[in-house]
Amino acid sequence: MSAGERIGAEAIVAKGWLRAHRWLILRRIVQFAILALFLTGPWLGKWIVKGNLAFSYTLGFLPLTDPYVALQSMMTGHFPEKLGLIGMLIVLIFYFLVGGRVYCSWVCPVNVVTDAAAWLRGRLGIKSGSQLGRNTRYWILAMSLIGSAATGVVLWELINPVSMLHRGLIFGMGMAWTVVLAVFLFDLFVVSRGWCGRLCPVGAFYGLLGRWSPVRVSTPARAACNDCMDCFEVCPEPQVIRPALKGEAKGVGPLILSPSCTNCGRCIDVCSKDVFSFATRFDSRTAADGR
Amino acid sequence: MKKNTPKTGPARRQFIFDSAKMLCGVGMLGLGLGLYAKQSKALPALALRPPGALPENDFLGACIRCGMCVRDCPYDTLVLARPEAPVATGTPYFAARNVPCEMCDDIPCIKACPTGALDHGLTDINLAKMGIAVLIDHETCLNFLGMRCDVCYRDCPVIDKAITLEAVPNQRTGRHAMFLPTVHSEYCTGCGKCEKACVLEVAAIRVLPAKLAKGELGKHYRFGWEEQKKAGHSLLDESKMIDLPDRLPEGVVLPGHYDPGSGQTAAAPRGEAGAMPSTPPGLGGKP
Repeated sequence: MSAGERIGAEAIVAKGWLRAHRWLILRRIVQFAILALFLTGPWLGKWIVKGNLAFSYTLGFLPLTDPYVALQSMMTGHFPEKLGLIGMLIVLIFYFLVGGRVYCSWVCPVNVVTDAAAWLRGRLGIKSGSQLGRNTRYWILAMSLIGSAATGVVLWELINPVSMLHRGLIFGMGMAWTVVLAVFLFDLFVVSRGWCGRLCPVGAFYGLLGRWSPVRVSTPARAACNDCMDCFEVCPEPQVIRPALKGEAKGVGPLILSPSCTNCGRCIDVCSKDVFSFATRFDSRTAADGR
Repeated sequence: MKKNTPKTGPARRQFIFDSAKMLCGVGMLGLGLGLYAKQSKALPALALRPPGALPENDFLGACIRCGMCVRDCPYDTLVLARPEAPVATGTPYFAARNVPCEMCDDIPCIKACPTGALDHGLTDINLAKMGIAVLIDHETCLNFLGMRCDVCYRDCPVIDKAITLEAVPNQRTGRHAMFLPTVHSEYCTGCGKCEKACVLEVAAIRVLPAKLAKGELGKHYRFGWEEQKKAGHSLLDESKMIDLPDRLPEGVVLPGHYDPGSGQTAAAPRGEAGAMPSTPPGLGGKP
């Protein structure tokens, strides 16, 4: 990326606008489609999905339970009913297979908010801000579980912006928008990619859940990398790219194996050299292998 | 720990320092959240939980705030608490004065609950205990003012059990009765229909949590009249009971009253036996 040029400009020239935004568009469609399924009931009276992300029941057939909320509840010493447990199992298996943080980039409504903050931050050229370790979220995750056990309350749900926004959209927003705005401003001015990348224990939980998931982003054509840095600029978790992209000398990669990777696919979009692609974790071939 | 090469010393120190920083920062967040959690357990008196809800302490650990009960409530009674409400965010509640519980026979809200925060063991809505109605203001209740409003009584789904009308003399007029709506906690489900129906600007009858509405007798208390029934006779040897003289105003005679001073029982006027104080047990037969 030459100075002053937008992220992905090279990719747009090389691949066309649509291909340079393919995964982003697909992701937004999925995010809003999931939200729409929840909203047809309250808005149009056509009930497809009841409930919210904590627990939902689709067409009176498919139960889905957020395992992180359920785990906090279990920490207080209470176990869900059978339907809740089945829903939890389904969600656990699903994200274990497709990648835990797929929840973050393909389902979570806050992702749209924090992506917007990151985009605006880039456009406004805001570089200042405080540092906050990316491990903070795991500490908060541990605190929320221990805290739930200590207080007997599903602790994180008292302030969780994710559930507040999703619940607000479906059941009525009230003052929940202030929390969402706070997250937006925090990401915009205080810490780059602060909420999703450093604080949110929901993402931390799903990251751990997808620790060994088979669906991965890989860098099979890493030899073609021209160091334009667009992928690092666009990635919400840029630290996950380096080992895979630059690890050839050390025999690391080409798979991005970090649990923090959200499988959002933006790196695939913005790369003008088509270095990245979705792969399974068992597929560690590179272009050099004669693919 | 064995080797202390120049590289591991500072690195370890940095690690300990970073960990301490995290522990303090996240610990403070946790402390704040914990205190907030404690506050959130103080459910306001007029916010009622759905039928079958576990005690508030357990409820906040069991409810995952999914809103399934809200969705399956056919009368839109239940709402999920918004962040600005004084109820734990996202948990279901209702305010009886707005929309009371209609006490559905099939209790769909309980069936919808995926966690058992609403106890699936409750299958008879008449056994629900969402709260207990209390006729809280005797000064404004129209029946207490001697009128026949009776609306709370008429609207009660468990009429004549949960709310009865008790006739007592109207001291103000001296010649009428007051029909006082009286709640019997054994039957009251706390649905809130009475509170909703109260015709006053602000309801005189309100559903309160049981812990606010109910007193509790000492565990060792025994009632003579009940023990007497159980035993089939008085537990006291009544022949040895000492009846102290009653101080009656000069010249007053209480019909049927035994006066140990004179050893006389005042004559009972005939045909009005029901209107006079009954003879104390065991004393009527005394000379």
